[in-house]
Amino acid sequence: MKKFSSDQPLTLSSGKTLPSFKIAYDTYGTLNATKSNAILICHALSGDSHATNLNSETENPGWWQLMIGPGKPIDTDQFFVISSNVLGSCYGSTGPISTNPETQGPYHLSFPVITIEDMVNAQAKLIDYLDITTLFAVIGGSMGGMQTLQWSISHPNRVKKAIVIAAAAQLGPQSLAFNTVGREAVLTDPKHGLSIARMIGHITYRSDESIGTKFGRKLQENADYGYAFSTEFEIESYLKYQGEKFVNRFDANTYLYLSKAMSYFDLIKTYGSLESAFSPCTAQFLIMSISSDWLYPSKQSRELAKSLIKLNKTVSYCEIDSPHGHDSFLMESDQLSTMIRCFLGSKS
Amino acid sequence: MKHYAQEQIITHVPLQSKVLDLGCGDGALLLKLNKIKKIKGYGIDILIENIVKCTEQGISVYHGDLNEGLPGFATHSYDIVILSQTLQQIEDPKMVLEEMLRVGQQGIVTFPNFAYWKVRLNLFLKGSAPKTKHLPYEWYNTPNIRVLSIADFKQLCHKLGIKIVKEIPIYTTSVQRQLFPKCLTNLFAPEGMFVIEKTASL
Repeated sequence: MKKFSSDQPLTLSSGKTLPSFKIAYDTYGTLNATKSNAILICHALSGDSHATNLNSETENPGWWQLMIGPGKPIDTDQFFVISSNVLGSCYGSTGPISTNPETQGPYHLSFPVITIEDMVNAQAKLIDYLDITTLFAVIGGSMGGMQTLQWSISHPNRVKKAIVIAAAAQLGPQSLAFNTVGREAVLTDPKHGLSIARMIGHITYRSDESIGTKFGRKLQENADYGYAFSTEFEIESYLKYQGEKFVNRFDANTYLYLSKAMSYFDLIKTYGSLESAFSPCTAQFLIMSISSDWLYPSKQSRELAKSLIKLNKTVSYCEIDSPHGHDSFLMESDQLSTMIRCFLGSKS
Repeated sequence: MKHYAQEQIITHVPLQSKVLDLGCGDGALLLKLNKIKKIKGYGIDILIENIVKCTEQGISVYHGDLNEGLPGFATHSYDIVILSQTLQQIEDPKMVLEEMLRVGQQGIVTFPNFAYWKVRLNLFLKGSAPKTKHLPYEWYNTPNIRVLSIADFKQLCHKLGIKIVKEIPIYTTSVQRQLFPKCLTNLFAPEGMFVIEKTASL
């Protein structure tokens, strides 16, 4: 993991200022002489800069190992891939667990509330630092898709291609509601609450069908009910395991900040309408949704695509056929792989 | 015949025009138009497999259902809108034809002619729903939910105030093309092709 440090203050959407900040990032592949092959990868809520390859410390594979690497759809033999950890996260970039230079203590909840736009502004400073003017592509799913949209709007001349997966111009009220419950849980009890927030998250990231196929109503160990409140169903055990695993790797305050940033993201509110949001864009877009995603339903992706069509921008839209829900973009899918590979490869 | 129909579409599309292909399939027609007429093309299709194939060819596409109309598309944003072998599969053909001519200056429509003599014979002699070389489906699995003839299409155009710029009957062989008089197309052409536009409002 590399780190970029900025001594320059960063003015945030809230009007507050970060006196300085750090962005953690990783790179894969080689930047060409004309600096025209750089691709920025934007991660989702719980992601980090470690997008592919084995992490030497944790021995975990990168979160988008399937998609990024030599010969893979985002081909590191051809592209210079930059994966940065978002501002506000707990994986190396400045966030609630960082030291406040003014007090010399950790920020915790004194960290200013940040937005997707703030994350993108900080990333842009990293791209400046890497001396790259134009990104060949910006790619992201979920919260990463929001960043991708923001990139294409805030820096219209710096993005050639934008791939937005399972995202939206704004969270729907139902998704907003789930985010709120997650934050309430964390605010009530940081440790246990974070686990509950993650459990809720996992339900929303999957579809009824995928949970049904994988777990159904199966009991974990016993043949019959124990008539007690212990963990009995397989789905209970799975969610608890995911919740506990998350508590060990994620900071509760960070969860609040990133969840809030997603809740605040609203291109329509910020720019008046989607058309006025997208009007400065020059990027070619590939917008993709997942057929079984009910957290970011296809309808919202179609709205994005239609607004771009209305403005005569270059855009392709498709709904990836997968039963696994929102998280499908992190799973194996020939359709998704081919779409990304071809969109990056196509000349027009 | 398919080849001839495609040739006729290509002939009619102006050089370097903006073309929208509704039900574009794997993008073969747009690709040819791009090669021969240097068009700027865009496709819409309902099947994900076709969307992937189009993207492989570098064609921009929208994965969607024509039954929802063309709500994202601005009025007169295309020179030509093509609806090739798709009209008969649409729930509301009237709406789609109107949408076509809202978005495009001109439309090119092709469809199977259900008044073709072999279809008539099927119904008359065998007493069964049409099944021919051009309509290979059974009644219970056909995607062709709208049964229309060349005559029916003309009548609808008249009703909707759509001007027929050109009518090109598609015959099976070139000999038939020479042979059959225009008044018999509804009987002898297995497919109809029309170039249409909106009648200028007075």
